[in-house]
Amino acid sequence: MVIQSLKKIAVAAAITAATLTTSMVWAADTIKVGVLHSLSGTMAISETTLKDTVLMMIEEQNKKGGLLGKKLEAVVVDPASNWPLFAEKTRELIEKEKVDVIFGCWTSVSRKSVLPVIEELNGLLFYPVQYEGEESSKNVFYTGAAPNQQAIPAVDYLMNDLEVKRWVLAGTDYVYPRTTNKILEAYLLAKGVKKEDIMINYTPFGHSDWQSIVSEIKKFGSQGKKTAVVSTINGDANVPFYKELGNQNISSEDIPVVAFSVGEEELSGIDTKPLVGHLAAWNYFMSVETPENEAFIKKWHSFIKSDKRVTNDPMEATYIGFTMWAKAVEKAKSVKTDAVEQAMIGMTVPNLTGGMAIMNKNHHLSKPVLIGEIQDDGQIETVWSTDGTVAGDAWSDFLPGSKDLISDWTAPIKCGNYNTKTKKCLAK
Amino acid sequence: MKSIQKKNILHCYVKNHIRYLMSCLLLFTLMLSHSTYASSISKTNITDNGSKQQVSTKQTQLEKIIPQLRVKNFKKKIASIKQLAEIDDPQTIVILEALLNSKLYYQKSDKKVVIINKKNNQYETFSTLNNNAIAIVQKKTLKKITTNNKLRKTIRALLAKKKILNSNLDVRQNALKEILTANDASLLPVLEQAQRQETDKSQQDLLKLAIALIEVHSNNSETRQSAVKRLGNSLYPVAKGKLTKILETDEHGQYIEQDKAVIALAEKAMQRISSKLSLFGNLETLFFGLSLGSVLLLAAIGLSITFGVMGVINMAHGELIMLGAYTTYLVQQLMPNDIGLSLIVAIPAAFIVSGLFGVAIERGVIRHLYGRPLETLLATFGISLLLQQMVRTLISAQNVPVITPSWLSGSLVLNPAFALTYNRIYIFFFALFVFAMLMLILKKTSLGLQVRAVAQNRGMATAMGIKTQWVDSLTFGLGSGVAGVAGVALSQLTNVGPNLGQAYIIDSFMVVVFGGVENLWGTLVAAMTLGITNKFLEPWAGAVMAKIIVLISLIIFIQKRPNGLFPQKGRASGGH
Repeated sequence: MVIQSLKKIAVAAAITAATLTTSMVWAADTIKVGVLHSLSGTMAISETTLKDTVLMMIEEQNKKGGLLGKKLEAVVVDPASNWPLFAEKTRELIEKEKVDVIFGCWTSVSRKSVLPVIEELNGLLFYPVQYEGEESSKNVFYTGAAPNQQAIPAVDYLMNDLEVKRWVLAGTDYVYPRTTNKILEAYLLAKGVKKEDIMINYTPFGHSDWQSIVSEIKKFGSQGKKTAVVSTINGDANVPFYKELGNQNISSEDIPVVAFSVGEEELSGIDTKPLVGHLAAWNYFMSVETPENEAFIKKWHSFIKSDKRVTNDPMEATYIGFTMWAKAVEKAKSVKTDAVEQAMIGMTVPNLTGGMAIMNKNHHLSKPVLIGEIQDDGQIETVWSTDGTVAGDAWSDFLPGSKDLISDWTAPIKCGNYNTKTKKCLAK
Repeated sequence: MKSIQKKNILHCYVKNHIRYLMSCLLLFTLMLSHSTYASSISKTNITDNGSKQQVSTKQTQLEKIIPQLRVKNFKKKIASIKQLAEIDDPQTIVILEALLNSKLYYQKSDKKVVIINKKNNQYETFSTLNNNAIAIVQKKTLKKITTNNKLRKTIRALLAKKKILNSNLDVRQNALKEILTANDASLLPVLEQAQRQETDKSQQDLLKLAIALIEVHSNNSETRQSAVKRLGNSLYPVAKGKLTKILETDEHGQYIEQDKAVIALAEKAMQRISSKLSLFGNLETLFFGLSLGSVLLLAAIGLSITFGVMGVINMAHGELIMLGAYTTYLVQQLMPNDIGLSLIVAIPAAFIVSGLFGVAIERGVIRHLYGRPLETLLATFGISLLLQQMVRTLISAQNVPVITPSWLSGSLVLNPAFALTYNRIYIFFFALFVFAMLMLILKKTSLGLQVRAVAQNRGMATAMGIKTQWVDSLTFGLGSGVAGVAGVALSQLTNVGPNLGQAYIIDSFMVVVFGGVENLWGTLVAAMTLGITNKFLEPWAGAVMAKIIVLISLIIFIQKRPNGLFPQKGRASGGH
């Protein structure tokens, strides 16, 4: 009996050992890349494109022979625009699929949902979308713009070049606009703008009846001072907003609107007539003419098999993030999170719009900031750009709560929210 | 000269910020002094050598300035444009207009600036000096000279100056509006000349305002006082803006303006403007309210038939609206050259499409669930998800572009402070029209009579020989068709996408419940009341709070009057 059961155990052990080794051998053959973008639900419109971008980058890397002598393999999951599902899918990707890196998320709320899981399992996430800042995790690289790489330069442009004196901060009622507007209000007040020259307005998601708000903006703008609208209005609600501006005869020359979430992709599905001449602030425009960008657009068109498709800022952020990650893996000669994380810092990759993107100690990029005007063909034409690159600031200098905080993931600080006054790390 | 300029431009790029600005400034003064020098030469030429040489001087001036338009820096570009406008040559207008309409490009090969005309996928280039055609080239070989908002505004103002005395009234009027804000004292003689010549009344008023705006800055106190008085009569925003500036105070609350008489008059003028503005402001809010009300009415009126008359809780009502909006899109796709007409065609088309879907829903599902409201609610909710997903799969998950015809955009300007947007005006009357049609159908046709009979007493109606099942289907189809028509109207106001219906279903139920079931008049009054209340609350409570307040008051109201504003009276009430 005893011998028999021992035999059984031995056989079982042998089988497990065999499967383990084979799976290890198999795992050693490829490097797995997780893609965590919604392919269904409300966010599918924007996120599907990013999934395709990652797949395109993987295909290209494999053509070059992969990484560390291994091929890359994409593991695509669909979190379905469902925020808690993002966390579950992250766990699945890391624990079950054993991916080495994840490219994913769009909305801030989905990133916040992934954050605890990715930190617990010590994974690696590349987040490619502009966001409100006030965050820095060891396990996340933020390749989109922080507020000081989008909102603040846009306000500077309006203030210095268009000589705007009165400000309307209009946004949809959720965390990104509220945080951004808080930062902007503090910034404007610090610049000497009077409180009565700032009007803040929030509207519900998908707001479509803009009559009274546009009329209010019109009245606010007719006080003899140049007025501009800084819009953090969320995707859908933008079209009726611009339409109403046009109907009430407010031209982009009277009251320009600068938007942070209107890009080439969003413009490709709508009647752009009422938007022409209004502004958008990003780190990338498809219309920028550089050899790198031309090559990227060509690659994209041949990958997606349509030359009607546009490219946009989050795609460039994905491109930079992926290229940097590949370089960091080669530098570290490993795909282990800790090794790659340290190798990432200081990494440089050419921007598609010229110049070099640098990954800083706070896991944010240094990138140029571009302001453009919307054209009738749905493209955005650069009218202003920063002289060089701007380093992404994780913690805004204009909010009382985060003024003294910095993020530095190099030794000896190694902290995402280090208080420079008390010299303490506030990590949870 | 050219080499010096080149060096200077190089300097601009090489030096750091302050020096950069300084050197650019230097460059400007250099250029400006040169241009004044050149113009003085041209003046002497007139007397000396006749006009031929003058033309050639202008040509060289143009040739000199045009290449400067290529610079990237907009401040420099604006300076060049101002110089360009000073040259007294009709060609400057051509160049400025080309720049304004993004038709000014330069050739990448030799940097020559050209005016282009798009022809299919190719660009025809023309000389900037004499408009002669040069060649037909590929888009790739050209680069656009970019403009920005400020630049375009400057160009418009510069062009406007040249057009104040234009023979066409529209051109004159637009030109004058453009320079109202320019505050350019040098324009005074031209404006006064225009005032003497002008025959049109509204243009006269505008000219008076323009002159007053300049005279406010005069050195003579009496001129200023009379100018301030005149400002008080104008409703143009610039007039109020100017008065606000005069009445500005420093940090101690003291007026910055020293002239006491001017202050007193400005205060009076300001009061007059403000009281007028607040009157028009209220009228405007009322209009907004009526317009929101008409949208609610359109969305809810179909529901008031299916829910009110038939007692069916149809959660798919919003999706029937959405189908109407998508029908508009499809009709537009079929007739892309007649956008205006397509909208008219879309109305019956949407009625039929949504109506047929409604009949199918009634025949397929609801008919089996009469008398079981909870099951009906769940089943129709399922249908609503089904319809949404159907649109996502068949058309696209993305919003589709529905183009607004030109007669629906813009606004009807009653006075400078009060304008009504055309799309809202049309939709308001359209909603009333739909309401009237429905009333007619229900009150004056035999179908309406049967519908009302079935609603009041089903058993008795059957006994009278009315095919109640048939009437049910038609009633449901009618309600659904009207929802489709509402979709046509909404496609002009909001995004057309799979989620369109979701945004309106709650509001529609609110209106029907508030107005009282089984009563179309109740629906009308309820929609308008809710719309106006919402719009009057919005300015001080914000869009989010206004909605919440309306909802809470509605709940309280329903507690007091469960049957809504106009409850059904008599024996018919509670007849279900």
